Amino acid sequence: MLIFCARRILLALLLVWAVASAAFVLIHVAPGDETLVDFWGQAPEVREAARRRLGLDQPLAVQYGRWLSGAVRLEFGPSSLYSRPVGALLRERVINTAILATTALILAAVLGIVGGLYAATHTHGPGAWLARTASVVFLSTPPLLGSLLLVLVAARTGWLPPGGMSSDAGAAWWARWADLALHLPVPALALALPLAATLERVQAESLGGLLGQPFMNATRARGVRERDAVLRHAWPVSLGPVLGLYGLMIGTLFSGSFVVEVVTAWPGLGRLMVDALRARDLFLVAGTAAAGAACLAVGTLLGDLVQAGLDPRIREGR
Amino acid sequence: MRPARRAVWLLAALAGVALGGPWLAPYNPSAAHRGYVHAPPMWPRPWEGFAIHPVVLEDRLQQRFVEDRTRTVPWPWAQAADPVFLLGADRTGRDVFSRVLAGARASLGLGLLAVLGATALGALLGAVAGARGGLADEILMRVADFVLILPVLYVVIVLRAVLPLVLAPGVVFLLMLAIFVLVGWPIVARGVRAVIARERLAEYVIASRAAGAGSRHVLWHHLLPACAGHVAVQASLLLPGFILAEATLSYLGLGFPDTVPTWGTMLREAADINELSRFPWTLAPAAAIFAVTLATNAALQPVTEIARSSNPTSPDLQISR
Repeated sequence: MLIFCARRILLALLLVWAVASAAFVLIHVAPGDETLVDFWGQAPEVREAARRRLGLDQPLAVQYGRWLSGAVRLEFGPSSLYSRPVGALLRERVINTAILATTALILAAVLGIVGGLYAATHTHGPGAWLARTASVVFLSTPPLLGSLLLVLVAARTGWLPPGGMSSDAGAAWWARWADLALHLPVPALALALPLAATLERVQAESLGGLLGQPFMNATRARGVRERDAVLRHAWPVSLGPVLGLYGLMIGTLFSGSFVVEVVTAWPGLGRLMVDALRARDLFLVAGTAAAGAACLAVGTLLGDLVQAGLDPRIREGR
Repeated sequence: MRPARRAVWLLAALAGVALGGPWLAPYNPSAAHRGYVHAPPMWPRPWEGFAIHPVVLEDRLQQRFVEDRTRTVPWPWAQAADPVFLLGADRTGRDVFSRVLAGARASLGLGLLAVLGATALGALLGAVAGARGGLADEILMRVADFVLILPVLYVVIVLRAVLPLVLAPGVVFLLMLAIFVLVGWPIVARGVRAVIARERLAEYVIASRAAGAGSRHVLWHHLLPACAGHVAVQASLLLPGFILAEATLSYLGLGFPDTVPTWGTMLREAADINELSRFPWTLAPAAAIFAVTLATNAALQPVTEIARSSNPTSPDLQISR
């Protein structure tokens, strides 16, 4: 188990390094840098001086070495867009994205698994039809469309704040939490619904395939109630394929949160990255890429460890 | 109908929309109609014999319109004196309906071409990997795996953003096409490789070889046709993802310039919450994207279910989200 963990962590670190370096090199090779925006229309000497101050006139290898040696100490240089250290910016934004993504993941899991249980045990009638329709519709509502629609509903009805993460709610901790809870549903639902539909389909299929199996008939023959037979005997077995989706969901969640954050003005990592890319804020782009890769790596790592804990075959590397 | 055939019909129908859409548009999609800024949709009423009532500007400052129930106007294709906006008008008074139809060419066309490109490249590389085996197989599949674990949208956005921001629409089209093909091919390649690696050892292939068929003949006449059904379904499943990627890029201002009507550039108007809530018909292109995605999922869902239950971690669906 220890070797397994170490290998996975090493791989995760490698991924973070590769993505961050790729972003750093790509954005430096790309035409234009932050001084182009900041010193628009000014004398070339002024811009050149700024480039020298930021170290942008050095060869790429030197810049990269300097950046990397800072990055291992979690210092990612200054952001010209926000006039703040990139590290501090990243810390707040990563937390915001994590709040959104975790909420969406929990929502998707609850909705998807409950829906899947229902769909597997009810294969006829209006309820089954409704479940199937809902899952196809939600499957076809990617976060971009879902968030636009939910923002529209929120803005027209006034039930929920359509955007942002907080409004002026006072300093009391409970008021701030209540405020956050009000702002969460729109982005979290937009993110969760297509995922919930995927989970629902997989859960329904894997459970549906088990209900006619001999072990289920044996369970029923021993006089176990149908409800207990499904929930306590079939359901745990059916969770395998559902958990297998986790790795896929982390990537989807990540891409989705990018879009949702931009549409609903959620101050997260995705939004920061779009702003950084637009402003050609070099250090911020590299920093957000590193943070994004780190989030992805941590999410995948957690999933791997959970699966390894549940399944000895994975743990032993077979 | 078999799923592969359904997929081909679906793609053909959408190609028809992409080609014929702009031709069906009643107005020039870029023409601004004075006095009709944010005009509401004018619907034909079935209970009045599909009559359409014109709208009259009531308050210019509030951009409020009222329906003139005393008059009827003909359908927009008649090109009468009063313009008729079936899906309303946008912030410069352009016909949203015409723009959705015209945007189909860029959005659907880009998506379909990207599907073709990704399929061709994926089938080629997958065939090489499956038929050759060995080192080529190992390298190709490692690269494919690496591309597959990346969150696609992030990669597309970063790749697009590091290139110059202002480009001619034609260049943007080709650029996005290249990026989409680059992130799309591994999904096809893995499927093709799996089918070929399995079919290579099938009895009919061995029989063909024993009868003296060369490896090229086996590839073209036995192995690639064996993949055709799989490839058709995979290709159609890529389409919604590509259309959505165009919409997302254009929505973020990293795609087509605002002068080109595409579903993505049209959605940019919806970025303004105030505008979105007062004039919901700016979401018309979102409805078009939803329709394409829904059609794809509804036509091919049974297949994805089978594919997934046999391999739940299959990345087949990743890009379509």
